Amino acid sequence: MKNYTISIRQFGLHAILVEWPKIVEEDILLDILKFSRYLKENHLLEPEWEFIPAYNSLTLVSKGSVVNFNELLPKLKKWYNNKKETVIQNRHLWKLPVCYDEEFGVDLIETANKLQISVDKLITLHTSSVYTVYGIGFLPGFMYLGGVPSELEVPRRATPRPRVPKGAVAIAGKQTGIYPQESPGGWNIIGSCSVPMFDSKNDDPCFVKVGDKIQFYAISKGEYQLHLIENEVGIYQIEKLELDA
Amino acid sequence: MLKILKPGFFTTVQDCGRFGYRDKGVPVAGVMDSYAGSRVNALLENEESAAVMEITMTGPTLEFQAETFIVLGGAEMTAMLNNSPIPNYKVIKIKKGDVLSYGRLERGFRSYLAIKDGFKTASILGSRSFYFPVTKNSCIKSLDSLPYTPAGDFTPKISEMKVDDMLDEESLKVYRGPEFDELTDKQLEELFTKEFSVAKENNRMAYQLNETIDGSNLSMLTSATLPGTIQLTPSGKLIVLMKDGQSTGGYPRILQLAEKAIDILSQKKSGDSIRFSL
Repeated sequence: MKNYTISIRQFGLHAILVEWPKIVEEDILLDILKFSRYLKENHLLEPEWEFIPAYNSLTLVSKGSVVNFNELLPKLKKWYNNKKETVIQNRHLWKLPVCYDEEFGVDLIETANKLQISVDKLITLHTSSVYTVYGIGFLPGFMYLGGVPSELEVPRRATPRPRVPKGAVAIAGKQTGIYPQESPGGWNIIGSCSVPMFDSKNDDPCFVKVGDKIQFYAISKGEYQLHLIENEVGIYQIEKLELDA
Repeated sequence: MLKILKPGFFTTVQDCGRFGYRDKGVPVAGVMDSYAGSRVNALLENEESAAVMEITMTGPTLEFQAETFIVLGGAEMTAMLNNSPIPNYKVIKIKKGDVLSYGRLERGFRSYLAIKDGFKTASILGSRSFYFPVTKNSCIKSLDSLPYTPAGDFTPKISEMKVDDMLDEESLKVYRGPEFDELTDKQLEELFTKEFSVAKENNRMAYQLNETIDGSNLSMLTSATLPGTIQLTPSGKLIVLMKDGQSTGGYPRILQLAEKAIDILSQKKSGDSIRFSL
């Protein structure tokens, strides 16, 4: 994999921002994850350092002491070139169940009309794409997903809703996502995911990480209700595939 | 246990914050005015990470169900122990059944209550800081009980402290943010000569400012934000992210507040004036 031209700058006294070319591209994301893993394992150890990857950037945050930027800058440049042998591990493709019933997908028909396609076609397009997780933020467990087919690109709603329910699956522009908790939101709601995206009872509160992939599949209302119960008693198994095996 | 008789406007338990989960979108949280938070803990000789109570605008009424020692700090809120006034930054001995209440907000916006050895509410993902939905509630409610370890014997090394009074400070020290270089001369001039005031939209997540500057149409990809990051929206609004602020954002990050400036801003309420200095 080639090396990119990266820029490294100070971000307050406790953080350093590393930026790659401003393009949404999987090769760039993988290069970011490689560098992040190399730093974590060799030079900037957890828990003293936190790593926040997103699209074309990696932010390094020092928990305690102030960052000595002038000392770290040449080292980071060197480490970027040294990371070559690092391989990315443990990425997963998660198959997430979505109930595209009108009860949950309150904007489903309107959105299909706006796109001038049938509801079935909308569901087929939404479930046949494999999305890449380019970042997690905005809310705990909220994924920024890339890879929405152009036929599904639809503007946000003119007026945001004050309350979008937890689990709502929505589309807007080049993005699709799941609201991990009730929140205000302006995207078009097309269904509901029966798997909670964030649970602070787990040591790892969000099973997805940046670099993973997501594919949705359609379930009936009956299956949706069953998943909720299985989740409650802790026996629901999320379907996943290893990507780096 | 500390029994909550009245919760006040917005009262939470906070410690130094929740680290290690920003890549899952979890804000750091923790005390807003970390200077005040660290001083009240220091007087009780608590660990730096001991959880304190953060009291916003109007104070709660609290009943102590076991003996202990407390220290108040931060905003001045006319605190009364069994109806007698008590000062900030002084170690106070508490007997079983004592009632702490608050009156008028005199200065500042957030007051702190530290208790010997800290509050022992649930530690979730490495922190006791309230933040919904990581913790069950976003703030304390009437009749809640907060656990603490009773302490009968404690001879403080220092029983009273004079602190740097920053409650009336209006000047906020800032550093250049990642997108600072994209600012026009006009935007820069406005930023550093204008007086700004805190909008009514201010909370632990973010402080918005009433005055606008020229907007920014810079398109950028979502990237990390930190407590103290100042974002500039296309309409020219300035949004200062605070301790519960989102971990990523898509608006240009033009300035970054120094830590002390976050403490100062945490004590400001709607309408208060601030200025930026580089």
